Amino acid sequence: MQEWANQLCENRQFGSKMTDSKYFTTTKKGEIFELKAELNSDKKEKKKEAVKKVIASMTVGKDVSALFPDVVNCMQTDNLELKKLVYLYLMNYAKSQPDMAIMAVNTFVKDCEDPNPLIRALAVRTMGCIRVDKITEYLCEPLRKCLKDEDPYVRKTAAVCVAKLHDINAQLVEDQGFLDTLKDLISDSNPMVVANAVAALSEIAESHPNSNLLDLNPQTINKLLTALNECTEWGQIFILDCLANYTPRDDRESQSICERVTPRLSHANSAVVLSAVKVLMKFMEMLPKDLDYYGTLLKKLAPPLVTLLSAEPELQYVALRNINLIVQRRPEILKHEMKVFFVKYNDPIYVKLEKLDIMIRLASQANIAQVLAELKEYATEVDVDFVRKAVRAIGRCAIKVEQSAERCVSTLLDLIQTKVNYVVQEAIVVIKDIFRKYPNKYESVIATLCENLDSLDEPEARAAMIWIVGEYAERIDNADELLESFLEGFHDESTQVQLQLLTAIVKLFLKKPTETQELVQQVLSLATQDSDNPDLRDRGYIYWRLLSTDPVAAKEVVLAEKPLISEETDLIEPTLLEELICHIGTLASVYHKPPSAFVEGSRGVQHKRLPGSAGSGESVESPDTGSAAGVSDAPPAVIPSQGDLLGDLLNLDLAPPATTTGPPPPTSSGMQMGAMDLLGGGLDSLMGDESEPPPIPLRTDTPQSPQLPHQSPSPPDYSPTELGGDLGGSPAMGAGFGAPPAAMPASFNAPVSGGLDDLFDLGGGVGMPSGAYSPPKSIWLPAMKAKGLEISGTFARRAGVVQMEMTLTNKAMSVMTDFAIQFNRNSFGLAPAGPLQVLTPVSPNQSIEVALPLNTVGPVMKMEPLNNLQVAVKNNIDVFYFSCQYPISMLFVEDGKMERQVFLATWKDIPNDNESQFQIKDCHLSSDAASSKLQGSNIFTIAKRTVDGQDMLYQSTKLTNGIWVLAELRVQAGNPNYTVSLKCRAPEVAQCVFQSYEAVLKN
Amino acid sequence: MIHSLFLINHSGDIFLEKHWKSVISRSVCDYFFEVKEKAVDPENVPPVLQTPHHYLISIYRGKLFFLSVVQTEVPPLFVIEFLHRVADTFQDYFGECSEGVIKDNLVTVYELLEEMLDNGFPLATESNVLKEMIRPPNILRSVVNTLTGGSNVGDTLPTGQLSNVPWRRAGVKYTNNEAYFDVVEEIDAILDKSGTTVFAEIQGVVEACVRLTGMPDLTLSFMNPRLLDDMSFHPCVRFKRWESERVLSFIPPDGNFTLMTYHVSSQNLVAIPVYVKQNINFFETGSCGRLDITIGPKQNMGKTVEGLMVTIHMPKVVLSANLTATQGNYTYDLTTKVLVWDIGKLNPQKLPNLRGSLSMQAGAPKPEENPSLNIDLKIQQLAISGLKVSRLDMYGEKYKPFKGVKYLTKAGKFQVRT
Repeated sequence: MQEWANQLCENRQFGSKMTDSKYFTTTKKGEIFELKAELNSDKKEKKKEAVKKVIASMTVGKDVSALFPDVVNCMQTDNLELKKLVYLYLMNYAKSQPDMAIMAVNTFVKDCEDPNPLIRALAVRTMGCIRVDKITEYLCEPLRKCLKDEDPYVRKTAAVCVAKLHDINAQLVEDQGFLDTLKDLISDSNPMVVANAVAALSEIAESHPNSNLLDLNPQTINKLLTALNECTEWGQIFILDCLANYTPRDDRESQSICERVTPRLSHANSAVVLSAVKVLMKFMEMLPKDLDYYGTLLKKLAPPLVTLLSAEPELQYVALRNINLIVQRRPEILKHEMKVFFVKYNDPIYVKLEKLDIMIRLASQANIAQVLAELKEYATEVDVDFVRKAVRAIGRCAIKVEQSAERCVSTLLDLIQTKVNYVVQEAIVVIKDIFRKYPNKYESVIATLCENLDSLDEPEARAAMIWIVGEYAERIDNADELLESFLEGFHDESTQVQLQLLTAIVKLFLKKPTETQELVQQVLSLATQDSDNPDLRDRGYIYWRLLSTDPVAAKEVVLAEKPLISEETDLIEPTLLEELICHIGTLASVYHKPPSAFVEGSRGVQHKRLPGSAGSGESVESPDTGSAAGVSDAPPAVIPSQGDLLGDLLNLDLAPPATTTGPPPPTSSGMQMGAMDLLGGGLDSLMGDESEPPPIPLRTDTPQSPQLPHQSPSPPDYSPTELGGDLGGSPAMGAGFGAPPAAMPASFNAPVSGGLDDLFDLGGGVGMPSGAYSPPKSIWLPAMKAKGLEISGTFARRAGVVQMEMTLTNKAMSVMTDFAIQFNRNSFGLAPAGPLQVLTPVSPNQSIEVALPLNTVGPVMKMEPLNNLQVAVKNNIDVFYFSCQYPISMLFVEDGKMERQVFLATWKDIPNDNESQFQIKDCHLSSDAASSKLQGSNIFTIAKRTVDGQDMLYQSTKLTNGIWVLAELRVQAGNPNYTVSLKCRAPEVAQCVFQSYEAVLKN
Repeated sequence: MIHSLFLINHSGDIFLEKHWKSVISRSVCDYFFEVKEKAVDPENVPPVLQTPHHYLISIYRGKLFFLSVVQTEVPPLFVIEFLHRVADTFQDYFGECSEGVIKDNLVTVYELLEEMLDNGFPLATESNVLKEMIRPPNILRSVVNTLTGGSNVGDTLPTGQLSNVPWRRAGVKYTNNEAYFDVVEEIDAILDKSGTTVFAEIQGVVEACVRLTGMPDLTLSFMNPRLLDDMSFHPCVRFKRWESERVLSFIPPDGNFTLMTYHVSSQNLVAIPVYVKQNINFFETGSCGRLDITIGPKQNMGKTVEGLMVTIHMPKVVLSANLTATQGNYTYDLTTKVLVWDIGKLNPQKLPNLRGSLSMQAGAPKPEENPSLNIDLKIQQLAISGLKVSRLDMYGEKYKPFKGVKYLTKAGKFQVRT
């Protein structure tokens, strides 16, 4: 080795070609020592070579930190290369030797004054990279100077340095006012400085989601647009991404920005193109659709997107993920470009799969023949994953384009004939979907499918086949034999197959009861007795009980008409899609998840929305819905977006109780447990809890169960009410094919009484006689904020029970199930008295009414305003939060009439400070009418006095938590303005009570 | 922004790392290696990966992975573009982009990376700016440097860094002033069994080699610019002029650069220069198959088709091929199962044909997939889209430059299904 090294050195003498590999030849002992000597050499050249050797060792991960002082000594030089090399070293090791690093400070500070701008910039740039606190203190002054340097090269370097410093010590940057200087640089005369300032501010803003660092207004936008034309490609990306956060004031501004951004579509850098596409896609929303320019813009977007697909495969992949979003939002842009998405056999697999996805999205009646021919071609490719997806795609085409269904089915049959195992299995899975979309149309193919029964070894395919057999049992002569053959290995099957087999056999039994009794008994006992799986057991019990109680009802439930499956199953929810369109070109667009869902350290990432169209009046964040939900005007109740709220809600629960007007909160740990489970969505575990044995399905007293012998499969000591409670919360099971068994909400307090009958009694409790005033329903949770679930509702007191009456509307594309509800602590301890009874899945565009009885024994915490209620609603999609305000009159109890004497004494006893007076305007009731109206809402008139033509009503009312409110209502004949004086030991409630007075009297 | 860069070779060794912010442990690459193992083929590693704390964005070039680590939300295209730019720069500096050459020039590589990115923000990526700051290695310079103690780092601010034409340095001087343009078009096409075009498009590029003194202002115009569907330009091109007059007006960078790329899509008629008659059959019994391929000229505008080559990825069960070619040679690689037939010039009088039998593993079932044919070809002095340069004018300088335009058509991803 040594010899070789020597030789190499000799070669060098002769000037032959040499490379940096020579620096690695000194691997022997004492290497550091030698380097040290060389570093301290008098000869410049030797020094430089030594530093190079040090750097080379460093780059391959060797530890040369021991040389720190020697290397730093070389820093004082006028040789730029040597200086740069030393800086490289410093940046790498300063962290591990902070005290040594200080030695370099003086040189840095001196270099920041150097006449050569390159050296000034280099010094400030390097100082920012030395992540040592002590150094940062010295950095401030030079940085301040460099930010105002006469040379733009220094300014642009300094702008980035602010971002570096912020990363090390954010407080320091704020204290020193660097952020303001940085903001000023947005107006710099040099476009590169502007671009770097924008980039630095954007990065800083990411760690400060709420700060208003990039305050965009028409003036700054104009400056950015000017800089956009002149700065480098990277600068253009920063500026475009920044522009995308701006919301133009009107369609005209929107158009003018679009016009100035469109030339970027012709840039050679694909990142610039995609960022420009983002800006255009977002601002386009504001343009009226009938505008000529709108059409022009649409046409301009297609070619650059197509061109992205001829770039390197990595770029293609990101482009395709984004095109997938664009195609969903605006299919018209690329509808004629189907062919560019055709797969080439040497595309990487990740590109192939994405292209396939987009082909299906673009499939329409016009091009379906072409698409099918391609898909059939792909189904014979080598790559298994790709082939599977291609087969699935054929099925999706059938579902999407009705006219093509027949052709798709015959293509699938052709593929089944190939007998290639995985092709057959995929084909069967998609044929099942086709059956669900077009019932009673293609059943002739069942025979062919049955031929392949034995070759199916994947759970999904087996489950699909079993479903088909069960669903069409009446047309398959040997359906019982087929299903029986599956039953043999029941316990080895996956849950999916087991559940499907259970349902299929029950269907078969209901269709052909005579021959299949034994089979159904067998499967029920397998499911209920021999299985550990709670889902399977529950479903088994439900069927068993249904069959034994009321076979007619069973038939209605199990063989119910199924809703047709929706057109496209994997569309992104419209609200999420809108958000993702605002994030085109980012990681979020690659993952198709909102940034809040996965970006670390961005706790409060703001959800971005598309701006509303200029033509339509419905702006996305209309102030009405905002205040209706009570979000904006209740500071402690501000409901942030998803995710963290869960933590917040629980945190609130754990916080020490604030001063309350009512009695101390009842200690109900069960309640809190319930809340945790609800929010965690881990309800399934409750059902499978070993400590809580499952209820029995048998009701031995029912007369009409002739087919089934009464046998009790498990210990007989469970109460039927428990079962009722559980059943009540679950959606009808047999109806949803393939849907996972619904998780049932735990009953918080007493389980609801009523057993199986509840299953069919949907609207229980809604139609009670009404006495008390109940405000009209208002929208609490707009669909925009809850992935398509809209909740409007009101509160009412009916027969002494407070009820929350809600209308749940499904505005999404998929069925919603598994509803549950939970309240946060509130001023009066309102809590649901039972689970939310949504018994059937809510199909798209369906609305259902539910009434949730409430009690007031929940945990108490004072809210602002007092009658504010924070609610969490869960369904199969997500957990949503909203807050609403209930009229306090709901809490006025029926026994709120005070004795006269007590009233007088109390009135005197309450200090005058506690009295508050209100005016009720424009009320045209007589005092008697008012009195009787108020009585309906449990505000009782105790005495009436008439003085000078003015009626004085003395009234009392009592709240659920025992607080008494005394009132004096003055009504003057002919004067529509009433005066109410309220006295109460807890004056906080006065405002709410007054509001109730007003609401009751005016309605 | 971009936090760190790891260079990883084909066998999965990290041979270079560079951090622009705090140091991130190499172990972050383990997530990447896991995916790489699964993907089998390095081309199939997805470019964007998510790990618990970081995102890994990678490209695969010259049998090397350029793997960057990012921690915050950044546009992935920006990162991928940048990585390709890094690879381009290495190519430009060292003539190739390989592990060996990078290791040989480690310090220069390190200096380059430092200059290209600052705190994860791109700093200088234009080749001419970089070359002014860090001179590319060459034998002569290292001799001179050794003798004189000179350095290969420039100590003046690159003039291009902040001027309005950042891509061109000032004070360029040549004794021979010349401007050459190459119009290169690639045909991407898929033909089905019967020879019908399923899909075809042309990717075109105008490469320039401009060595002109001073600050020349050039205008390049085409006979038929409306052919082009979508163009991307070098930043030097004045977009407004193109929009209004359909001419390319620009102050060129010095040396070689890509002036524009364009796209002629399948909407227009794309001429397919050859036809392929093929028949590849595998028999149910007897473990053998037959292959018969003939290629003939189609729409080649009277030019000669050269460099004709057919590549077929055979199914795994094909053991050997016993074929006769009327022209050119064929090879069958047993390990990769790739059959290559190198034909050369296409003679319209005597069409090249390759036929014979394929033998398969005994007892193996008939392969399910049909192999596709990949065609390579070249046509000199023809842009298949019909694009033609009409003239090049120079303003701003007084001398008369040499001018020249060359055309070339190639097959890109040109495949024939069987």
